[in-house]
Amino acid sequence: MGTVAVQGLCKSFGKVQALDGVTLDVPDGSFFVVLGPSGAGKTTTLRAIAGLDKLDAGSVRLDGRDATADAPAERDLAMVFQNYALYPRHTAYENIASPLRARRCSAAEIAAAVERMSSLLHIERLLQRRPAQLSGGEMQRVALARALVRRPRAFLMDEPLTNLDLKLRVEMRTELTRIHRSLGATFLYVTNDQVEALSMADQVAVLKEGKVQQVGTPTEVYERPANQWVAGFVGSPPISLLPCHAEGDRLIGAQGWTLPRPRWTTAEDGRPLLLGLRAEDMSVERRGHASLSGELYGLEPLGDRTVVDVRVGTEILKVKARPTVTGTPGEQLQVTVDLDRAHLFDADTGLSLSEAGR
Amino acid sequence: MAVSVDEAVSTGPARDRTPPARRFGGRGRSVLEVALLTALAVVMLFPVLWMIETSIKENRDVYAVPAEFFGFTVTMDHFKDVFVAPDGGRSDLSVAFLNSAVVAGVSTLLATVLGVPAAWAYSRFAVRAKKDQLFFILSTRFMPPVVVVIPIFLMYRQLGLIDSKLGLILIYTAFNVPFTIWMMKGFVDEVPAEYEDAAMLDGYTRLQAFWRYTLPLLVPGIAATAVFALIFSWNEFVFAIFLTSSDDVRTAPPAIAGLIGGTTTDWGLVAAASVVFALPVLVFAYLVRKHLIAGVTLGAVRR
Repeated sequence: MGTVAVQGLCKSFGKVQALDGVTLDVPDGSFFVVLGPSGAGKTTTLRAIAGLDKLDAGSVRLDGRDATADAPAERDLAMVFQNYALYPRHTAYENIASPLRARRCSAAEIAAAVERMSSLLHIERLLQRRPAQLSGGEMQRVALARALVRRPRAFLMDEPLTNLDLKLRVEMRTELTRIHRSLGATFLYVTNDQVEALSMADQVAVLKEGKVQQVGTPTEVYERPANQWVAGFVGSPPISLLPCHAEGDRLIGAQGWTLPRPRWTTAEDGRPLLLGLRAEDMSVERRGHASLSGELYGLEPLGDRTVVDVRVGTEILKVKARPTVTGTPGEQLQVTVDLDRAHLFDADTGLSLSEAGR
Repeated sequence: MAVSVDEAVSTGPARDRTPPARRFGGRGRSVLEVALLTALAVVMLFPVLWMIETSIKENRDVYAVPAEFFGFTVTMDHFKDVFVAPDGGRSDLSVAFLNSAVVAGVSTLLATVLGVPAAWAYSRFAVRAKKDQLFFILSTRFMPPVVVVIPIFLMYRQLGLIDSKLGLILIYTAFNVPFTIWMMKGFVDEVPAEYEDAAMLDGYTRLQAFWRYTLPLLVPGIAATAVFALIFSWNEFVFAIFLTSSDDVRTAPPAIAGLIGGTTTDWGLVAAASVVFALPVLVFAYLVRKHLIAGVTLGAVRR
């Protein structure tokens, strides 16, 4: 078993409200990612679950039992820290053995467990080194081994890949997914990298300014963002948002364009809206019944694709195109829009208006 | 040759990592620099040299006019007199040195045992009005000892602590605890709190985490701080002379001062006692230097 449930977590540091009623339900065996920009309260949430920081309000339940007042050691959790927090005067072996020593395991058990972990993470030859003699990637593996050497209720990971270079990060992503699958344990993983969230998670909770914005599968969060902010935070290049309002069977843009009103929206006429268009839901190459006219603003070739920046009025649309696309800035363009995949948000509340009719 | 507490505070955890070359500018200034440093060294070291010379001169050479820098007869009699009484027993001075060692050692130990956990707590925990508390703790060091020695004398008389080693140990501890807290807080701040967090998740209690993983990293800092506390207690004069009177309690500074005066002063003995008195401080000052260089080189956390 390994469920983690937090209810109404509140925590402030002086005048800063770090957590403002965070409620999360992490099912047993899931890879649960808390995603948010820096300062959103991700780490504070994790530290609260680990019992490292006192809460102003809220409760932490582990396997259904209230653990809010428990000391970290009593919670039976393991954590990987962003800066690894390896004990500097101890060898990698001693570091990995520490959780077992704390629980008074026998020397034979410890040796067997450390060996098992080091072969799982390919760090056998590093065991006698001290943290100062390890590279970032190696420290990361040792820190991971120290967490994985036990079978705790759940694993807490605080941006464990942030300090690695890109290649290593991609590698470790695959590795972590593999480890999660082979252990079948509960992972609660915190990151500000949406690619990590989307590629590894079973469930994503999007956090902003200490509040949970949306919880769902990566697909749900990407395809059906609960609000304008989630839509803007998840996805690269970021979603393009155009101010507009509905009028009869048309959407009238603040920049003067007109599009057919999507069938699925229930927005009342005249209400200020934001039309959200993802880069892959627009095209400068295909022709369709709904299009916007604008001028070419710039090209960002990314190898496998090119992002075309199109200026519509004063707004810039980011449109995904094949890498072969060419053009000169200033040239007039038609952007075909897939309105079935577009999003509409209430411009005042930011909430999605797309779900009701879909 | 005393290392003052003020110097101790300012050299605390070595934060100034500017390479010397950039701090002092280019080669052009170095001639002036060397000249000034030489002048300063002569002024500072001459009394020390004079003390050492006097301690190994015979009494008639001590009073020779003009003074003899070289070519006098070297004698170790004064050093013998420091430790051995004329009747062959232990001299009063040797008892005073022993008292100094006990008083300085015990008060430093107490200040460290009390101050290090306090520094840890001030560094790690959200304490109410932390800055005010720390300021208050430091403020006990603002007053010169002379200011408080009379009330303390009266208090001690009521408590029966006058003319006792325990009395001196307590007052030196009281003076060293604030210093220890302040200096150690700097060292604890340098040790990332994550080590303790990680240890607590490993399954240790907070105190075990501190004991197993933070304390070993603080050892250089504790050594440096303790040496400064030890030097303070060893050198302290005002409280010692006011609060003690008998020869078997008195520490070395008032005992040496007591040699001066009366009808004749045995300057050779005074100088020899001073040399013996200065030696531990020299050794400890050397140790501090070593520890400050070894200092807080704590890797393993990427910042």
